[in-house]
Amino acid sequence: MSIINQEGLDFYREIREKSGQPIELCYQCQKCASGCIATEYADFYPNEILRLVQLGQKEKALNCSSIWICSSCETCGARCPNGINTRAVIDVLKEMAIAENMVKEKKVHLFHTTFLNSVRANGRVHEPVMLAIFKLKSKDLFSDLGFGFDMFKKGKMPLLPSRVKNRKILQNIFKQSYQ
Amino acid sequence: MKLSYFPGCSLESTGKEYDLSSRAVCKALGIELMELKDWVCCGATSAHSTNHTLSVALPARNIALAQEQGADLTTPCSACYSMLKKTDYTLRNDETMRQKTENITGFKYDGKVNVLSLLEAIITGIGVKSIAKSVKKPLKGLNVVCYYGCLLVRPPEVTQFDNRENPESLDNIINSLGAHTIPWSYKTDCCGASLSLTSSDIVQKMVGRLLNAAKEAGAGAIVTACPLCQSNLEMRRNKGDTDIAAFYFTELIGLAMDLPDTDRWFKLHLVDPRPLLRSLSLVR
Ligand code: SF4
Ligand code: SF4
Repeated sequence: MSIINQEGLDFYREIREKSGQPIELCYQCQKCASGCIATEYADFYPNEILRLVQLGQKEKALNCSSIWICSSCETCGARCPNGINTRAVIDVLKEMAIAENMVKEKKVHLFHTTFLNSVRANGRVHEPVMLAIFKLKSKDLFSDLGFGFDMFKKGKMPLLPSRVKNRKILQNIFKQSYQ
Repeated sequence: MKLSYFPGCSLESTGKEYDLSSRAVCKALGIELMELKDWVCCGATSAHSTNHTLSVALPARNIALAQEQGADLTTPCSACYSMLKKTDYTLRNDETMRQKTENITGFKYDGKVNVLSLLEAIITGIGVKSIAKSVKKPLKGLNVVCYYGCLLVRPPEVTQFDNRENPESLDNIINSLGAHTIPWSYKTDCCGASLSLTSSDIVQKMVGRLLNAAKEAGAGAIVTACPLCQSNLEMRRNKGDTDIAAFYFTELIGLAMDLPDTDRWFKLHLVDPRPLLRSLSLVR
């Protein structure tokens, strides 16, 4: 008898390989979780995410909040007695969640897309315009308006974007990364 | 000492005073910063959260430019530093990924360029003793806690810098300026980083923890080395909470060296640090 079916096993193996992390070594000591401030505010602690992967629970692992609320602070990996960098595992899960259309925290994903569109367009992020687009798209136009105005007054919000000159390399980087 | 300089996107906008103070302090300390010509955004959290190839290719483009300039690469921003340093680690240790990245970005990695955070560049290149010697106006009476944030020392196998749980390099610099650093347990705790824009309620709680701990320790200010830490500490605190100031470490070096532009930097803060400095007669 096996408690994990073929699909689950394939999922585990794929995450194991792409992240390069020894996920099988996790023995649930929770050292990672006790130092993780961000996922305290989401559904799973880092050790729980690893357990879901070990058990081939694809949908639960991909369609969860924690992978998006993780702030990538690298505390979990720095403290794990078994050398597992859970942040790296979480990055792989996020990329797969996007591909499988299982993004739980849509607003976070929207932010990433908006940010990268700005990089794609100019090679650099023009913070004022990127933030305005993000606020518009997330229908949250007014939350930080005061700060935006303050920064504008202080000259921290340049009106024009600074742009890279070598567009060819930039376009190539994006084209090939999304192949 | 000559270094290739990567300011990064935040330093053109929200972290402008970090850019200005970094350039001024390096010049005064004898570090020549050569801004990377045509640098591209490092991709930040958005790249590594959504596309691994992109998260290596964007920083690699900057490493290629630094290689062309022939000088080690430094950046004041911890988040950019982390992306650049991780990419350098990948290019050094992962043959397949290196070839792939070389093809995408059109350069040949030679491994000669070292990636350093500006903190590391200053402490290893200049050293605490020389900094102490260049102090003209000791920061007497200024009690601070040093906040390294998460990415300056982590992942330890990649950064190979300072202690992953209790780093001291920043404390040593700040002490050499005549200020007093107070030990606390939150040196490397996370500020919430870019979650600030998508889940500001969570970041408010994370920042609240830090500010309370700093106050409990008896600090009048928090010293940072990252534009994300700094802006979260200023923007995501409770309204009206002005008890504690936040400084970039470069601003304090500049103040202690009595550089002419300090007032211009402090004016750019969202929480004005000058009342604290005036109360200690450190600015007029
Ligand atoms: S610290 Fe490592 S071994 Fe312990 S629960 Fe976390 S991932 Fe598993
Ligand atoms: S990297 Fe993510 S999972 Fe790990 S401790 Fe930080 S927030 Fe938690």
